[in-house]
Amino acid sequence: MYKIDPTRMDLVEEFRANPVGNHSADLQQMLNVVRAEPFPGKYVLICVKPHREWVLGRLSGVRGDPVEILEDRVFTRAEDAEWEVFRRRWKALTGECLD
Amino acid sequence: MIKHKKIVGYTDRISAAPGDTVGFMVSCYDGVTRYRADVVRLISGDLHPEGAGFKETVLDTPAAGDFPGREQKIHAGSHAEIADRTPFSALSSFTLQAMIWPTTPQRGRQALLGAWSEPEQRGYALMIGDDAAPMLVLGDGQGNIETVSTAKPLQERKWCFVGASFDAETRTACVVQVPSVEYPLADSTAEVRRTVATNAPVTVEAPFMIAAVYDGETGGRAIGAHHYNGKIESPRVANRALDRETMTALMQRPIPAGLLPAVVAAWDFSRAIPTVHIEDVSPNRLDGTLVNLPARAMTGHAWTGEEMNWQHAPEQYGAVHFHEDDIHDAGWEVDFELVIPETMKSGVYAARLASGSDEDRIPFFVRPPRGVRTADLALLIPTASYWAYANEHMAIEASDYEAFSGHLTSLNPEDLFLNSHPEFGHSLYDVFTDGSGVCYSSRLRPVLNMRPGVTISWVGLGGNMPWQFNADLHIVDWLEAMGHDYDVITDDDLDAEGLPLIDGYHAVMTGTHPEYYSTRMWDAVEAYLGRGGRLMYMGGNGFYSRVAYSDAVPGAIELRRTEVEFREKSGAPGEYYHSFNGEYGGIWRRIGRPPGGLVGVGMAVEGFDICGYYRRKPGSHDPRAAFIFDGVDDDIIGNFGVVGGGAAGIELDRCDTSLGSPPHTLVLASSEGLSNHYFPTVEDCLVVSSGLGAMDNPQARGDMVFFETPNGGGVFSTSSMSWSGSLSHNNYDNNVSRITDNVLRRFLDPTPL
Ligand SMILES: [Fe+2]
Repeated sequence: MYKIDPTRMDLVEEFRANPVGNHSADLQQMLNVVRAEPFPGKYVLICVKPHREWVLGRLSGVRGDPVEILEDRVFTRAEDAEWEVFRRRWKALTGECLD
Repeated sequence: MIKHKKIVGYTDRISAAPGDTVGFMVSCYDGVTRYRADVVRLISGDLHPEGAGFKETVLDTPAAGDFPGREQKIHAGSHAEIADRTPFSALSSFTLQAMIWPTTPQRGRQALLGAWSEPEQRGYALMIGDDAAPMLVLGDGQGNIETVSTAKPLQERKWCFVGASFDAETRTACVVQVPSVEYPLADSTAEVRRTVATNAPVTVEAPFMIAAVYDGETGGRAIGAHHYNGKIESPRVANRALDRETMTALMQRPIPAGLLPAVVAAWDFSRAIPTVHIEDVSPNRLDGTLVNLPARAMTGHAWTGEEMNWQHAPEQYGAVHFHEDDIHDAGWEVDFELVIPETMKSGVYAARLASGSDEDRIPFFVRPPRGVRTADLALLIPTASYWAYANEHMAIEASDYEAFSGHLTSLNPEDLFLNSHPEFGHSLYDVFTDGSGVCYSSRLRPVLNMRPGVTISWVGLGGNMPWQFNADLHIVDWLEAMGHDYDVITDDDLDAEGLPLIDGYHAVMTGTHPEYYSTRMWDAVEAYLGRGGRLMYMGGNGFYSRVAYSDAVPGAIELRRTEVEFREKSGAPGEYYHSFNGEYGGIWRRIGRPPGGLVGVGMAVEGFDICGYYRRKPGSHDPRAAFIFDGVDDDIIGNFGVVGGGAAGIELDRCDTSLGSPPHTLVLASSEGLSNHYFPTVEDCLVVSSGLGAMDNPQARGDMVFFETPNGGGVFSTSSMSWSGSLSHNNYDNNVSRITDNVLRRFLDPTPL
């Protein structure tokens, strides 16, 4: 199975510059793992103001169970939220911190 | 900080003509006791920072005012209720029995059949217990409850005979469990008999129910408790305690003559399948009603696999699949009504409900007076597709939606509300608690993703790709901005009335996602085009799946998914034929009517991250297309827009003779700029290999097309779901708007094409 190579900072930078849309094959392969984060605790966006403000949330995976809402940080660009979630997942998957 | 839904509602009809009365049902939460209601005309729900903005006009109507609010509940879960209580109310000795196929035997107490009052703890019922084993429950309403269980767990998704008897004289209760297949090591056959202390005969006033027990009433309707998940076939009731052999004999059809004095009821679910009625084939005719649309035309215990069509072997389709989370009609009380004034212009409207910190808008559509056209253009609102996606919540339960869409999913207050109110039910894309697929959806409940300004969690990062109703408002906004007159009609009207509804309009325009078509709708559009009509297909993934409406089941549609199509769940083998009308379900392409035959293109590709644009093809320079590109010199069309940044995106159709495209179809433009997150529709993937994504796959594209139809008619297909998101760019002055306007003006001109 594919394993994330934590030294591939080029892919990290590619993602940071363009989190959504077409990606290089290597980044896509990495994202296949990163975005397949399982339940429970899978990150989602929660819309505060349509098209303008979001916070992060975490899903239980069970319908009816509340979605955990992380209100401490409001994102005014959804791309910034993509990057924040990527950082958190990167830490969980590789043990490395990204800033 | 996060807004919470505190007020929601729905209407009793979705489309109304002047003179018709629309009833509004409202429920309030979190201490809301009053609300303000206004009727508004909806123009735009576009909240994109660069979009057209949210536009609505408040109307002065007698329906406006302040109203008291309170919570109205939805009681989900399907069951059968027998109208006549008397034969069951004082059965001193009895037998209850059925074939069952339980899907969640480990999910706690679930009622199979009986006359039991949950509030009074009185009556008798055969149930599945907390130990997943069948048990007989007897209660006298005085606090004396007896349960007799086999103590052997039922096996999930395996047919099993279950029976329970009670002899009042000897006070002997017996429970029988006989699996259709006894697996080695399974040990699930049982016959348990014991004397009980209860004071028989047990009398009960509660109605006899199947797949639930009586839990009181609300608004004149009985509520069920302990809903069962799974199939039930051939439930039977006898008026004495039958031994195991006699129970088996009672399962036969016809009922053996010697058992006729003993039988109280013998329901045959293979009868009246298109309805919600269940027929008792015993001489007593104790017919009943199915509540909340459990699935009918389900394979029974004796289904051989040789026959796929329930109409050819109804005796093999005597099962009903009940679900604890089925819902048909919320049945709320009407809060206020609006008689559509004669002066109310055909259009898209809503009741706007405001309750301080929250508001809801309940859309409805005003059609022209019956038999009258008040414009030359009809905007055909794809309500069947709204019902198909009603209250979808896939991203909350399926962890792969982020990887599938290529971005984080994004939940709205509506999504959070639906998550905490599972009783609001499913869409045709969701999966029941027991893992089975959903095949009916109803509009007789709040449909919270059919709202202006509301986006969908997995389409576009941060909800930046409006879709369905909210995207269709882009078309309404454009028609208003450009000064085009239009009548509004809906799929529900078209299914009910057929060709006469659209005959005579110079042009018919679809919405952005007219995916679901009934045969009656399809036939009407086909006949309209054959008579010189003009169709502007303004979306993608259109004319894709076949649904059925039913006169017998108002407010609902049915879709049986089959082997291939984009879906969350396939139908189970042998269950591909609609119960509403006996038609084969699934995609039109597999029914010999590929969408290309109607609109020149058929479903090719879908992606949910970014949108691309169109580049003109040689066909756009053909003299036949001159009117379309009048004043458009650009080679690239629609590389802008508020839906994903481009006019070619989300779901797109291609021109392909194998998809039914007529030979004279002119390809005007083809999509470019789709990401590798755009994948071909699954029915095109007969062999799976790498290189499927749109960057590497020439089949994974959209084609904008035009072709002439007989008698001077024509079809123009944008073939892209995001097309309409580009209309308002640069104050409606752009090549997408220009092309759309060119086509509409020509199509409205009766001169033959
Ligand atoms: Fe669709």
